[in-house]
Amino acid sequence: MTTASLTTTVDLAARFPGKVSADARPGYTGFIVNKESLVEVATAVRDEFSFDLMTAVTAVDYIAENKMEVVYHAFKTTGGAGLIFKVQVERVDPIEVPSLIEIWPGVDFQEREAWDLYGIKFTGHPDLRRILMWEGFEGHPLRKDWKEPFYEEDVKPYKSRWPDGKHTFAEEKNPFRDNLNFPEGFDPDKYVVDKEEDLYMSLERDTTKDVEGNMKTDHIVVNMGPHHPSTHGVLRVAVTLDGETIIGLKPVMGYLHRNHDKIGERNTYLQIIPYTDRLDYFNSMSNNFGYAITVEKLMNIQVAERAEYIRVIMAELSRVQNHLIFIGMLMNDLGTMYTPSLYAFEERELILDIFEAVSGARMMCNYFRFGGVVRDIPDDVLQKIKGLVSERIPAKTDEMERFLNENEILVARLKDIHVLNAEDAIKYSVTGPVLRAAGVPYDLRRADPYSVYDRFDFDVAVRHNGDMMDNYLIRFDEIRQSLRILEQALKQIPQGPINSQKPAYQVRVPAGEAYGRIESPKGELGFYMVSNGKPNPYRYHVRPASFVNLTAVESMCKGSKIADFVALLAMLDIVMGELDR
Amino acid sequence: MYGKGILKSLKVTWIRFWETYTEDISWMLRGKKRYNTEEGIRHRSSKDTKGIFTVQYPEEQLIIPEEMRYVPFLVYDEGADGKHEVRCTSCGICAKVCPPQCIWIVRTNDPVTNRPVPVPTDFYIDMDICMNCGFCAEYCPFDAIKMDHDFDIASYGRSVYDIDKLLKPASYYAGIRPENYAREEGARKAKEAAKAAKAQAAAAAAAPAA
Repeated sequence: MTTASLTTTVDLAARFPGKVSADARPGYTGFIVNKESLVEVATAVRDEFSFDLMTAVTAVDYIAENKMEVVYHAFKTTGGAGLIFKVQVERVDPIEVPSLIEIWPGVDFQEREAWDLYGIKFTGHPDLRRILMWEGFEGHPLRKDWKEPFYEEDVKPYKSRWPDGKHTFAEEKNPFRDNLNFPEGFDPDKYVVDKEEDLYMSLERDTTKDVEGNMKTDHIVVNMGPHHPSTHGVLRVAVTLDGETIIGLKPVMGYLHRNHDKIGERNTYLQIIPYTDRLDYFNSMSNNFGYAITVEKLMNIQVAERAEYIRVIMAELSRVQNHLIFIGMLMNDLGTMYTPSLYAFEERELILDIFEAVSGARMMCNYFRFGGVVRDIPDDVLQKIKGLVSERIPAKTDEMERFLNENEILVARLKDIHVLNAEDAIKYSVTGPVLRAAGVPYDLRRADPYSVYDRFDFDVAVRHNGDMMDNYLIRFDEIRQSLRILEQALKQIPQGPINSQKPAYQVRVPAGEAYGRIESPKGELGFYMVSNGKPNPYRYHVRPASFVNLTAVESMCKGSKIADFVALLAMLDIVMGELDR
Repeated sequence: MYGKGILKSLKVTWIRFWETYTEDISWMLRGKKRYNTEEGIRHRSSKDTKGIFTVQYPEEQLIIPEEMRYVPFLVYDEGADGKHEVRCTSCGICAKVCPPQCIWIVRTNDPVTNRPVPVPTDFYIDMDICMNCGFCAEYCPFDAIKMDHDFDIASYGRSVYDIDKLLKPASYYAGIRPENYAREEGARKAKEAAKAAKAQAAAAAAAPAA
């Protein structure tokens, strides 16, 4: 594999003797930092070693060693390998770790997630509330000793399926209410969510304000969603408004939460693949890609040459259709109902036909396997891809540009609205097209090349204003670059086997950890996995781009109009399947 | 000039609108049917499609590619006297590999010796749980479970399929997936031929010694 490994040349242990030690567990990399010196070390990581992009913060519950570990992955926006550092704390409540929000504000949501799912208190975090679970929830579900309703066994395959598998409905065997932990004195019929107050209190607001003409007005709090057509699913946003101007804003999520991480830890390595399809359901090929790369890193195996090209072709086709849909959906949210989005859907339809012909499904492709892909691309499908890539999609992209780019109404709605500058974008760990539109040419296909991306000639699309218009235009640039990659890949694709491994439904994964990441159409899609040598992963964590990009939303829309916020959500290109997991 | 961009946009929609008619007329002039024919549907899902793009389900249906997968079914071969020879040996691999664990298999034990017999007594798939991933078909070593093309299975109740509902003949399988069927049959024949050749060689080697 050509993927640059996450080895790093920075020696934190030598810089901070006594405070930092190298992680010596077999299969692990990075450094273990003392809890007391975490802030000091993190500051040095950012300022001295210039790891300005904190991408992933997560935790692992080592219950056997009675330890809770918080894992940080820091990267440079100039590219190259990352730096992993960890903090270990006794697994006795209250578990406290200093928050790094002052150093990297982008850790905000991820620290809240770790608090929610692991019960790690980040001291100094200004707004440490639950983020994915609901406010009255008891317990921290990703802990190894927490069991879900309808719990059957720790890991799949379940023994009750074979050889004496009588079908039963889960709720008959395990009636609802008998398998749940409620807080003391809890009655679902009478329960009032009193913690809501915390949400509203976390919003910035004044009670009254002097407006021109000395009229006193109150700020009002408005809940947008979760059932709001323009929030792309069940996202709820609490906003304080001064007239139509946004004063403060907090996204509330978790309405589509299903604890993907926990499901993954119950599954075998292979069984996770179809579940990753359901993360960002527009780009199941990209999700498969990220996950397969991570497990291949853990297993330390090569990918068959032809399969590498097939993977790139599928991932880029997926990016093209995602960006087309993005353009269509942005128009929907701006009020250009349906015509542009249906034009976009036509092209997407043709790409989905290809996915269906190779993988068997239009959206839930489940196409990648460890070491390659499931099946070869038939020749007629390859011809169809060539036709689309060299004729149809370039022509239709041009048509889309003619159709929209100069339209005065569109320009008025997008130009100079919601400006995100490069500094803030990096600070908030924003990745993907949104970061590149802000002027940071950070694309993982270049910055940390994986698969065979280092063999293709393409430019990293970048724009410099960081406003909505640039965010919109950069999608066209990216479609063009993807088409360039596709043309080269289709020319270079070699003959040969499509999988380097023998088909096996149970793979052997040596103990260790790995962080794999790809440039998904929405940004950096990362997978952090810990294996203990068993058939099921010990820790499986997804770092979705939509979720982390949303950290920047509050600072981006302060002072702008509420109607533009709807467009901003479309522009961030969030997908709830990935955001809520 | 303000408004030029809007006029440009309208030009694109106008051309698109125009094409819906010119395309239909050109098909008519060539004496071909664009709607309700396979040729028409194929053209509408090709790279050269213009004009009306939609397929009027259920009157028309998209051409399903061979690899398309929906829910699983079990394959049986038709024996000489019409007997159903179920390919499944109840080895349990599909039940083990199934990500949402929606397959339940009852293995048969011989009543006399109490040893497993390679035929399932019963086989349940909860189609409401099935996520159509196709792992069962992919990892079945006996080509006994395959993914169906029949996607109109909406019902008012819950869909737990038992073995009677799951079993479909090999001819049906050959009908929906001809290429896969031919490849698997070829592999099986080759395997049987190799086995026979090996047995013959062994017999030939044993004969002079005896």
